[in-house]
Amino acid sequence: MILPLRVAGLSFAAGGRAIIDRVSIDIEAGPSTIILGANGAGKSVLMRLMHGLLQPTAGRVEWSAPAVRRQQAMVFQRPVMLRRSALANVIYALEAAGLRGTGTERAAMQALDEVGLAHVAQRPARVLSGGEQQRLALARAWALHPEVLFLDEPTANLDPGATREIETVIKAFDAAGTKIVMSTHSLGQARRLGDEVIFLHQGRVAERAPVERFFPQPASAEAAAFVKGELPWA
Amino acid sequence: MLEGVFADPRLWQIVALSLAVSLSAVALATLIAMPLGAAIAVARFPGRQALIVVLNALMGLPPVVVGLFIYLLLSRAGPLGELGLLFTPAAMVIAQTVLVLPIIAALTRQSVEDAWQEYREQLRSLGVDGWRAALTVLWDIRFSLLTAVLAGLGRASAEVGAVMIVGGNIDGVTRVMTTTIALETSKGDLPLALGLGMVLIAVVLALNAAAHLVKEAAQRRHG
Repeated sequence: MILPLRVAGLSFAAGGRAIIDRVSIDIEAGPSTIILGANGAGKSVLMRLMHGLLQPTAGRVEWSAPAVRRQQAMVFQRPVMLRRSALANVIYALEAAGLRGTGTERAAMQALDEVGLAHVAQRPARVLSGGEQQRLALARAWALHPEVLFLDEPTANLDPGATREIETVIKAFDAAGTKIVMSTHSLGQARRLGDEVIFLHQGRVAERAPVERFFPQPASAEAAAFVKGELPWA
Repeated sequence: MLEGVFADPRLWQIVALSLAVSLSAVALATLIAMPLGAAIAVARFPGRQALIVVLNALMGLPPVVVGLFIYLLLSRAGPLGELGLLFTPAAMVIAQTVLVLPIIAALTRQSVEDAWQEYREQLRSLGVDGWRAALTVLWDIRFSLLTAVLAGLGRASAEVGAVMIVGGNIDGVTRVMTTTIALETSKGDLPLALGLGMVLIAVVLALNAAAHLVKEAAQRRHG
């Protein structure tokens, strides 16, 4: 078990500007965590710091067990697909994690099946639709059966139909026991998928609360303004 | 006036030598230039920007200057004179390799850098770093890299200055299409010059058409 994840005094500055400013949070196994905030609040950077893609300027990201890459995976806002078949994209991820042999293709096929893409396994990944590509990205991350799955605004570029499909897949992963840590600026999505909310404002954690408490009565002024401002469109 | 020209076995010998020299040079240059271009695209080191400027500038290297430089290296008194390569096809391959290497390296650098921007985070997230990441990106953009190789081939097959100087345009030994065209034109044998000119254009056109078709087909298949 690599959870809980301990984030202590984490800061990240770029160009003299603090994007993440002394953030301390613990990410526990279990409830799915939504990182909520406006554009530019630092959600993506915080996820990248936790995933290990960025080095913090100060502070620490500590996993409970030595961090092995394949125990935590990430799905990006814009998935990058290799120019090969959907199936080969998943196999590539498995092989990158050190898996070899006959079981690899079966595991990849199974992951595609779980996101409803088995029928396009042999199609080139780059010609799939945006929603299908994002589901493929989910399959690619899921094939490794990570303990933690980071999702960085996975539906920001998708239409409502594709968004629903992605959310269904994420719920299934959550139900299967994978810890979901997802950033979004959509209140509706936070409510549909989240158990708890970490509200980020200008690089700081303004509030952390269970979903059922956060939306009716946000404790911080920033979160209250955000919830109020967004509600009519959510 | 041209029928006799195309029946001349000497013409086809010249065409064959031209292709052998240029294709060898491009193959050799590709082997060196692609890893070099990819490395410059991905690595971060002091002086990188200056190196890129120089590399891009070298794309316009004048063939006669390259010819002169290689001539000095290979001439009897030069540092590589003992190899006895001057006025042989090998010398021509060396000169053309030097000429097209910056072209292939610079174009590769650009393609890889663009792709790297797109792939880097995803590959790192999957735990792929270093050489494996580089090879993945190169393989993924292999059809764009074909364009870089073609640009090199176009340059190699069309240039006359470098092969003229280091090859010497010796009949039956180092005479290629471009040097023959220059010679025959100055001698007034226009039919042979014209015939070779047409073959040269046809060869370049055929290579580019083939590469274009390969790229189109790949685009349809791989997206």
